[in-house]
Amino acid sequence: MKIDIILCGVGGMGALSSAAIISKAALDMGMHMKQAETHGMSQRGGDVQSHLRLSDREIASDLIPEGECDLIISVEPMEALRYLPFLNKKDGWVITNENPFINIPNYPEKEVVLAELKKLKNSIVFDADQIARDLGNFKGTNMVVLGAASKYLKIDIEKLEKAIRGTFEKKGEEIVESNINSLRAGRAVADKL
Amino acid sequence: MEKLLLLGDEAIAQAAIDAGLSGIFAYPGTPSTEITEYIQASKEAKEKGIRSNWACNEKTAMEATLGMSYAGKRAMFACKHVGINVAADPFMNSAITGVNGGIIYIAADDPSMHSSQDEQDSRNFADFAMIPVLEPSNQQEAYDMVHYGYELSEKFKTPVMIRVTTRLAHSRAAVNVRRNARKQNEIKLLENEKQFILLPVNARRQYNELIAKQELLENAAKNDGFNKYIDGKNKKIGIIACGLSLNYLMENYTEKSCEYPILKISQYPMPVDMVNRLYEECESILVLEEGQPVYEAKIKGLLNKGKKVMGRLDGTIPRAGELNPAIVGKALGLEVAEGLPVPSVVAPRPPKLCEGCPHADTYRALNEVMEEHGKGKVFGDIGCYTLGALPPFNAISTTVDMGASITMAKGASEAGFLPAVAIIGDSTFTHSGMTGLLDCVVDNASVTIIILDNSITAMTGTQKSSATGRIESICQGIGVDPDHIRVITPLKKFHEENVKVLKQEIEYQGVSVIIPRRECIVYANKKRKDAKKQQK
Repeated sequence: MKIDIILCGVGGMGALSSAAIISKAALDMGMHMKQAETHGMSQRGGDVQSHLRLSDREIASDLIPEGECDLIISVEPMEALRYLPFLNKKDGWVITNENPFINIPNYPEKEVVLAELKKLKNSIVFDADQIARDLGNFKGTNMVVLGAASKYLKIDIEKLEKAIRGTFEKKGEEIVESNINSLRAGRAVADKL
Repeated sequence: MEKLLLLGDEAIAQAAIDAGLSGIFAYPGTPSTEITEYIQASKEAKEKGIRSNWACNEKTAMEATLGMSYAGKRAMFACKHVGINVAADPFMNSAITGVNGGIIYIAADDPSMHSSQDEQDSRNFADFAMIPVLEPSNQQEAYDMVHYGYELSEKFKTPVMIRVTTRLAHSRAAVNVRRNARKQNEIKLLENEKQFILLPVNARRQYNELIAKQELLENAAKNDGFNKYIDGKNKKIGIIACGLSLNYLMENYTEKSCEYPILKISQYPMPVDMVNRLYEECESILVLEEGQPVYEAKIKGLLNKGKKVMGRLDGTIPRAGELNPAIVGKALGLEVAEGLPVPSVVAPRPPKLCEGCPHADTYRALNEVMEEHGKGKVFGDIGCYTLGALPPFNAISTTVDMGASITMAKGASEAGFLPAVAIIGDSTFTHSGMTGLLDCVVDNASVTIIILDNSITAMTGTQKSSATGRIESICQGIGVDPDHIRVITPLKKFHEENVKVLKQEIEYQGVSVIIPRRECIVYANKKRKDAKKQQK
């Protein structure tokens, strides 16, 4: 069993925290893992990405080979498209928030971006911001998206919840619960489809 | 033994703590920063009294490393590849002095220039200095090599380089960590009291000793287990896989084993016997190197009259940029998977100055002042403010190396290209700007130097800056007229005032320094968050 995931977004949107949570859960399940991430200059409002590879066997490359990524998890719709060369054309899934993060002058029309996402064979494109807001978890978009993606992760959602607990424990029970609720709400979106 | 989830950088740091390190000396630089940060944050390191504060620059850091080794203790130096340039003087000469306590130099290279101005390969430098290199292929090897590296260093009395690249430095994996940490060395005197006195008479002897060591170091590379000959049935191609490239090769053979013989290289000097065996047994050679074609060129030779040698030089592999599984697969003629193309609507999203960044206010004021002077008069430097080269500011015309803003502005000014303005960060100023400022003062050059003081080394993730609280006194001490050292606050509400000060000093015929002072917004937010956490 192997699963290759790209988590992406814009610096500061929480893509790397989602990667850390999946890693924790995977390690808890005794899986092999490698996780490559972007540091340095690009973190300043630029595009950020993490290659996360999980397997029951030893993993060779830190980078996911092109065309073999099982899952792109994105908190921003245009960023999800940026990594399509990595996506497995047949079986790969793209799970993304639908609201653009516009910090460049030449950001394309939202409809055009969403139309490109619609062309994909397997995708879930939804308003994760709204779900997070409804739950009062204003910074929880990444957890909602992760929840939707969890359906395809081959990791039990309980393991993810445990990893969230471990990550946010220091910040208090309220924040732990809020993030777990966001995760579950995201999962409900995927389950309804 | 314990299993930890570590970045390559963190594996190196943990290994150093476990191997009896007494101190790490470094200046922040992507992708090396996390090594020192890990030791700074480690409770264990604190209990053991391991020193880890940031140094002014790589040269001072490396010389202090050498001093700690002179006293008999194990020391580590870490930098990004271009940091070795700054430290080149002690680097080359420490190969001649050799060590007393073990020394490991970490060079973190950045092929594809994710966060750098070039993709120089530090193995060149090690070859130049004639010191051994360890090049881990994964995080576990990075951990193990620090332990081995200190033994090698003390056995042969030579500094050892560990060379990593971005993908290993910033990739996380589970690492088995030894928990019975080795004790730190006691202070011990040199056996040969002239070892560190590089007068020509001693240096000649020491240099001959360094030359004599080479054979022993090559034997170690052959016998100590990090380099391996993995036989294969198909002798059409023999593959030399250096460091991390082995992983990209093996990624192409997850379902079946590789049919070609592979020489895994993770320790240098390159063991010639092992290379020769591969060369003799195979019809052609493919060299996989993350970085520059250093050993491909050596094996091929200037005349290239032997067997076919493939790699970056003959176009089998792209000449520049980092490797990946597909590049290696294609080089071997394998079928590699392809994903979908990036839709044309996807726009690039380059990094930019943060919302609320003080540099942005300074650039807005500077651009207004420079409008009447025409383009190309502002010389930039290395840091977050380098992003001032991009829209919307388009404010600087050069970025070359740490400190070059001041000295390039000086040279241009002396060519009659006026006004000449340098813009440099606080930490970059104390890294390599101070001596350039002295040159300006000595020649009374007509330059205006803007030292952006955000009280932190921001680009690499808010590390402590050696400049904090010292900039005015440094400038005065160097000899800048105190009337022309001006401090401004880069905020919108002071825009008019700041424009006035900039205008006055840019018009002044002599050395002037303007210090826009306001805390980095990322750092300010981080401090606020930390304070909140402590309250709880």
